[in-house]
Formats: sequence, structure tokens, C-alpha cells
Amino acid sequence: MSMQSPTLASTASPTSALYRKRVFTNRLALFLSLAAMASGMIFLLWILTTLVVKGIGGLNVAVFTQMTPSPGSAGGLLNAIFGSVVMVTIGTLIATPIGILAGIYLAEFGKTGWVAPTTRFVNDILLSAPSIIIGLFVYTIYVARVQHFSAFAGAIALAIIAIPVIVRTTETMLILVPASLREAAAALGAPEWKVVSYVALRAVRSGVITGILLAVARISGETAPLLFTALNNQFWSSDLNAPMANLPVAIFQFAMSPFENWVELAWAGAMLITFSVLAINIITRVIFRQRSN
Amino acid sequence: MAGDKSRGSYVSTEEQQRQIAARLVRQRIQDAVFRKTTLSFALFVLLLLGAIITSLVLGAYPIFEKFGFGFLTSREWNPVTNTFGAANAIYGTIVTSFIALLIAFPVSFGIAIFLTELCPIWLKRPLGTAVELLAAIPSIIYGMWGLFVFAPLFAQYVQPFLTKYAGDIPLIGQLFQGAPMGIGMLSAGIILAVMVIPFIASVMRDVFEIVPPVLKESAYGLGATTWEVVRNIVLPYTKAGVVGGTMLGLGRALGETMAVTFVIGNTPKIAASLFEPGASIASTIANEFAEAGDGGHISALIAIGLVLFIITFVVLALAKLMLLQLSKGEGSRT
Repeated sequence: MSMQSPTLASTASPTSALYRKRVFTNRLALFLSLAAMASGMIFLLWILTTLVVKGIGGLNVAVFTQMTPSPGSAGGLLNAIFGSVVMVTIGTLIATPIGILAGIYLAEFGKTGWVAPTTRFVNDILLSAPSIIIGLFVYTIYVARVQHFSAFAGAIALAIIAIPVIVRTTETMLILVPASLREAAAALGAPEWKVVSYVALRAVRSGVITGILLAVARISGETAPLLFTALNNQFWSSDLNAPMANLPVAIFQFAMSPFENWVELAWAGAMLITFSVLAINIITRVIFRQRSN
Repeated sequence: MAGDKSRGSYVSTEEQQRQIAARLVRQRIQDAVFRKTTLSFALFVLLLLGAIITSLVLGAYPIFEKFGFGFLTSREWNPVTNTFGAANAIYGTIVTSFIALLIAFPVSFGIAIFLTELCPIWLKRPLGTAVELLAAIPSIIYGMWGLFVFAPLFAQYVQPFLTKYAGDIPLIGQLFQGAPMGIGMLSAGIILAVMVIPFIASVMRDVFEIVPPVLKESAYGLGATTWEVVRNIVLPYTKAGVVGGTMLGLGRALGETMAVTFVIGNTPKIAASLFEPGASIASTIANEFAEAGDGGHISALIAIGLVLFIITFVVLALAKLMLLQLSKGEGSRT
């Protein structure tokens, strides 16, 4: 050891080649890391600015009050906005009870047996599974059977995408509930279902709501699963059993078109959808942080 | 429960005792129902996956019956003559995802290092949120941005530059030759990279944060630089998580539909140059499905969907196993 200390001192001296090389490598690595972070932020700001610059021109009252136009004429996105809201709402209403109950099983009763680990694994895969595959699935099991596209099929597809998100957050949240809380309730003679639903679930209510809202944000922008389930509709329709207009597919159709007014409407819709989704994301974060403090 | 009964025997009548016993029975039944209900919903999630696979296999069956496994290697995709081969789309999917990963891996790694090792504490939360917002932007927005903003700039500035300086390099040079059109395989790969960076970066950040501080502090105490700590302490400790996170990003990239559909050019072919348009599995399905008329075309699209699902399933399963391995190790090593 005593033999090594002079060597150590000499390598650590600011003039030694090794020291300078180490400092240089470190600076280079940290600079690249900073550059990576900066590039990420640049892309975020670039996309958001693009949306504002291109979207603000097309955003006016007509967007919220008129139907999607035919090429060349003026119009708005009212039917598409309505369709999106309807399908996202139904999708969320279907997914929420399924997701929460499955999440409860994983967190509360999932310590033994093969069901919980397998479900957890499958759920994580569904969480990242390509959304277009979900669209194909709903097409083959529902649309192909009833022989027509429908808003209901779109809502089912969105629900299937939302379920894994809700399962995951519910489980993660319930696991955070301290065992002492459950034990206290159980010691008072509460049955298991009351312990879970009146004590544990209530303790993490804001976390579970966060999960549901994140699922809403996720499915609001989904386009691929709606392409061949809800399809699109140029006119107002509130019939769940018929094709229904929706914001993402309308944006897709309009953006890919050669008509200037359609492209402008697409940008307005894009801005609307992105800022709604980002707002939901930010609001859930704020709510969750306040509650957990 | 036993407490209830023994207390009852001191102060309550037989009638009360009977009531308590009845209530216990009732609660036991309620609990069993509750447990079975939640179990059935967990099984529902499990069955969902089974149903997806079954429906895809059944839908794809006619095509595999007709073309056999030659379907996977054939490059002929012609709905008019009812000849279908998946090779072009599989090639497009794999090449764009590979480009995406090539770019996204180092950038995500840098972002994760910045967020865990360099970032001042007050900036950690806003920057972390900003990265997560990047992940929340719907993919169709990336597609529009890619087509209308990125592609023209890419064609004007980057593609001529690449052709000039990389186009003459033997072997890889031909990847960068051809008309600078803006859209094509390379553009699709770059847009995909921007999309998956937040996913990979978040996982990497999370796994970097589980490294026990005492390990890092020991290294710093010995005089290691920040980079040396990352390279020799953090990275070896979180290897499985880093690979798992990257594969999670790969899974996303493989199945991404809208962003790719806008910028890939939607021409089913395999070209030597990355500037040429192509088609991925997801973009082919998105473009053709609504117009696919007869059973053959739809079945072919479902068949490539099945191929895509199998590829992503394997990638995501491996990613998940890697991450599980890390969290298991975490318990034993700390």
C-alpha cells in the first residue's frame, strides 16, 4: 500500500497525462449527455411550436360549431370532437371496472399461484402491444361479424388499450398501501373485501384516478385502432351502431389530403388533441402530487 | 375472529352469539365472491391475449394455407392479382426500427445520465416531466410533424450532405444515395427514434436510480470521475435494465403505425438506399385495410399483423424478463 501511494499521487496530479485524459473523457461524456438532454427538449419544443404556429390559424369558432367539410368548403370538426369524446368516454367506462378489479387481484391476492404472475406479464405486454393489432383484433371479432363499422367497435378497441394502463396503476398504487393499515382494519373485524375496497383502495384513490386519467390521455390520441373499427363519418352521427367521426382519423384523412383547407383543419385538430392530452397529463401530475403530500 | 367469539361468551346471550356466527359465515361468503370476482377479471386480461392471438391466427390461416411459409419470404405484394408476400413489409419494419434504435439508444442513455447524475435537483422534476410529455404526444402528431416540417428540411439540408460525405464510402455508401425526397426509410427511422427516446430514457432513468448510493459514493470517494462512476458502477449494476429498456423501445418502434405511415412513403419494395420509400407492416395495414375488398387481401393483412404481433411479443417478453431479472437482483444485492 505504501508503495502505491506515490503512484496514486502522481496520477492524480493535474499535470499527468492520465489525469488529463480522465478529465477530458469525463467532460466529453458529460457534454454529450447534456447535448442528448438538450436535443430531447428541442424536439419537444419544436413539435409544440409547430402545432401552435400551424394550428392557431385554423382554430376558430367554426371548428367547434360546424361539421367536417367537403374539400374546398369551410367547416369545422364538431362531429369529430363529439365522436372522440363519446368513444373515449365509453372506452373508459368499459375499461375502468375491469382494470381496477384485475389490479386488485394482482395486488391483494396475487402472492400465490400462477394466475397473478402470468397476468402481470401478459398485462405488461399488452401495455406496449402495437395498437393497430388491437384494431385488427376488434375488426375480426366484432366488425367482421356484424358486417359494418361502428362507434361501439371503436370504443371496445380503445377500452382494450386502456385496460392494461389501469391494471398497472391500480396494482402499483395498492402495493404502496402500508400493511399496518390493512391489519388495523382486519383487527377491527372487517372482512377482506371491505379492507380492500373501503380502506386500501380509498387510501390510494387519487393514484387510481391518476391511472384512469392517464389511460384517457393515452386513448384520446390513438388513431390506428379506430381506422377500421369506428372508421370515419363526414356527417353528424350519434348512432353507436354506425361509423362515427373522430378527431384522430379525421386528422389523418385531412392531413394526407391535397386540399389546403383540410390540411389547415388537420393542424387545428392536431393542436387541440395534443394540448388536451398534455393538459390531462400535467393536471394528473399536479393532483397526484398535492394529494400525496 | 376467535376474539369475537370468546368475548361473546362473556357478555352476550346465545342469540347474539348465533348472530355473530351467522355474520362471520356471511362475510366469508362475501370474501370468497370478492376474491373470485377479481380473479375472473385478472383471467379476463389473460384471455384477452389468448383471444388476440387466436383471432389473428384464424384470420391469417387462409393465406398461410395458400402460400405456406413462402408468404414470409416472397416479395410480391399485389392485391390485384391476389399474390401476397410479406418480405417487403417485414424488411421495412425491421430496418426502420433498427435505425430508430441506433439513434435512440445513445440519446436516451445520455438523457438518463443527465437526469440521474448531472441535473440540479430543482430541474429534475420539470425535465423528467418534459421527457414524459414527449412520450404522451399522440403518434399521429409525430407523423404530421415528420411529413410537413421534418421531411422538407431533411431533404433540403441533411440528405444532400449525407450523399456528399457518406455516399462514396464503400459498402455503406449506397445507403445514402438517391433523390433527396425527405420521406423514406431513413426519415421514418429518425421520427421513430424521437418517439421511442422518452420510453427508453424513462426506463433507464428508473433503473439508474435504484443503484445504491453507497456504491457510487465509494467510487467517488476513491477519486472516480462522474463518467467513471457511470461506466464502472452504474452500468454494470443496471445492465439488464438498460437492455430491457432498450428492447421495450424496440417493441414500441416495431409496432408504431401512424408516425411511420406519414413519412415512410408507403411503397412496398426493398431498395438499397435508405432514402427510398418503403413500407412497414403497420403502415401497410393502416393504408390498405379499410379498402381491402375480398377475403384474400384482408387475410394477407391479418397475416402480416400476426407476424408483427409475434415479433413484438418476443421482443417485449425478452424486455420484461430482463427487467424482472434486474429487480430480483436488486433484492439480493442490497
